[in-house]
Parts: sequence; structure tokens; C-alpha cells
Amino acid sequence: MPKIHVKKQSVSLDMTAMCDVAFLLLTFFMLTAKMKPQDPVQVTTPTSVAQAKPTDKDLITISVGKDGKIYWGTDNQGVRVSTLEAMGAKYGINFTPGQKDVFRLTESFGAPMSVLPQLLDTPLAQRNKPGYQPGMPCDSAHNELFEWVYAARQRNPLIKIVVKGDGDADYKVMKQIVGSLQEQNINQFYLLTGLETKPKGEE
Amino acid sequence: MAEIDQSGGGKKGGKVRATKMSTKIDMTPMVDLGFLLITFFMLTTTLQKPSVMQLNMPDKTVDDKKVEVTADNTLALIAGPKNKVYYFRGDPKNPATVVGVTDYSAKGLREVVNLNKAQVTARPGGGKDKFVVVVFPMDNASYKNIVDLLDELAITGSDRYAIVDVPPAYIEMIKKSGKYVE
Repeated sequence: MPKIHVKKQSVSLDMTAMCDVAFLLLTFFMLTAKMKPQDPVQVTTPTSVAQAKPTDKDLITISVGKDGKIYWGTDNQGVRVSTLEAMGAKYGINFTPGQKDVFRLTESFGAPMSVLPQLLDTPLAQRNKPGYQPGMPCDSAHNELFEWVYAARQRNPLIKIVVKGDGDADYKVMKQIVGSLQEQNINQFYLLTGLETKPKGEE
Repeated sequence: MAEIDQSGGGKKGGKVRATKMSTKIDMTPMVDLGFLLITFFMLTTTLQKPSVMQLNMPDKTVDDKKVEVTADNTLALIAGPKNKVYYFRGDPKNPATVVGVTDYSAKGLREVVNLNKAQVTARPGGGKDKFVVVVFPMDNASYKNIVDLLDELAITGSDRYAIVDVPPAYIEMIKKSGKYVE
């Protein structure tokens, strides 16, 4: 009996098509992914059952660190610079074009006006070290947060306020922030929280 | 799956030929890398999903809408330090009003709110829509506690609530009850 030779099939596949698909998807995800803004403070927000999604335009973000330091930031670069100019005029500080350019790219900062020029001259890596920035003053005697929010709202009246607070921060700081917002008649704002599933069986 | 290089290995002593290189490249590692990165980007984009909780504070400049509330329909929640929340319902001046203490777990605060809500609903002058919660956050309560508290109110469907600064008399009252945890 003659031996039956099983025909050996090649196990090699043409990977080119698969590779194309992989890189197409990769490009898609890379382009849609949003870069995480470099913040001077790490904030761990508490979780809540709130389902609403934050809008990503026309926002002022007030971050509160674990230590109660307040940081201010807004998303629109144009509003950022014009707010800085208005604040400079108010406090009698002239910012150099270089400092304005740095501020244009600053997502969030926490410093009183008196040290802001020096802060903008410090290199980014050092500036964004945790705990380096002193925080924005927000007490009744020296309320710069009020002024910043007010100045930004002059530029864009539709701007919304998002408070991004660390879960371990004291409520005292929140009270100050809410107080300075209410002083300028902002009674509606948003608390940024992580997502948590609503327990079942409750109304 | 890897391709075997079939070229090369010229015969000994034969003509010198330009070695023909195979134009096929093994794509497998490249595909591996591609899918690894896809997985990474997919996970990082979908896992980071913050949500916002809208908070409405009463307008200080307008004073026309006074809400009628009676002390018996009002549950006072005083958020204190160390993840404790103190509560009472009724007139704080009445010595019969008892201060209770609980925490933010599902068994704690949620049951307190549900119980009080049920009691108010069952009362003769009460009703489901008469139940009001007043939140008094103490200065040393953490922000997380307040968010948790508002969350519990949302879960139990207690829509009528207000956030008010805590009067010193209430803190005194809690301390006097001996339940205060420093």
C-alpha cells in the first residue's frame, strides 16, 4: 500500500491586512483620546450617583486640593489671557508677553496676584510640583478667587463653574468658595464627581 | 507563523550571485504591538468618566419665596468630623427632641432618612411632599461627606433640601447629648 502523504499547508498568514486594521484603530483612539491636563494638584474627587456629564466648553474649574488650597483654571485660552490682563490692570501688575504666553498654556494655577509674575517665570516642571503653588486666597479680607471668577465672567457671561474638590478637603474651604460665588449671584454650579452606580431597589 | 528565510545559502564554489532577499516581513510583532496600544487607549478613554452634580443655592438677593416648613416635618442633618452625621427632627428647643448619630453607609444615613420620611408621610399634617431636609455642614466635615450626604438625599428621593450654615446652638446641643465624636 502506498503511503498517503498529507499535504502540508503553510501556517503562515498574511498579516498585512490585520496590521492595517490595528493601526487604523490605533490612530482613531489616539486622536479621540483627550490629553490629561497637567495640573499642579492631584485631586481625588468623591463619587456620586449623579449621572449628568460635564460640558467641556466654557468652564471655570476651581480645584481644591487635599490641603484646602484653591486652584483656578479655565478652558478657553483666549479668555485666560484676557482675564489675566484685566486682573493685571486691577492689581497694577504688568505682565510681559512671555508671561502671558506661559499663562495661555496654564491649565490651572493657585497663587495670589502678588507672586503670579514670579510663578509664571518658573519652569513648568518646578511650577507643577505638588505643593509648590501657595493656593489662591479666598478669605473675606482678601478674596482673589472672587476677582478671577468675576473677571472671567466679564469676558464670557455664559461660563459655567465646576468645583473639583478633593474628598478629604474640609467643608470650610467649600463654604468660602460657595460664599464668593454667591456674592456675585452665581447660585448654580457643578460639583465634579466620579461615577458610582445607584443602588437598586431605591426610588 | 514566522516566515522562514528561504533565500541565501549560496552553493559552494558556484557563481557569485546577488542573494535574493525575501520581501515578506513577519508582521506578527507589529500587529501585537498595534493591538496592545489599542487596548491601552480603549481602556484609558472609557474608564475616565467623571460626572457632575448640579448644586443650586438659594438666591440671596431675592427674598420673595419663603418656604413654609414646620419643625416637625424637618429633618436636620448636621455633618460632623470623623465621618459622623448627627440628626434630629422637631424643634431643637424642645427637650424631647433627641439627637441621633449615624454614619454615611447605606445602613446608616439612608435608613435614617427613609424612616423620617415615612414618619412625616404618615403624620396627620404631613405628606410625602412636606418632608424637608436641612443640611448643616460643620466646618471640619470633609467635602466627601457632603457629596455623600447629597447623594443619599438623591437616592432616597428627598428633593426638598437646603444647605445652611450650622448655628452654634446646634453644635452645643450635639455636644450636650454626649454623642459628639471629636
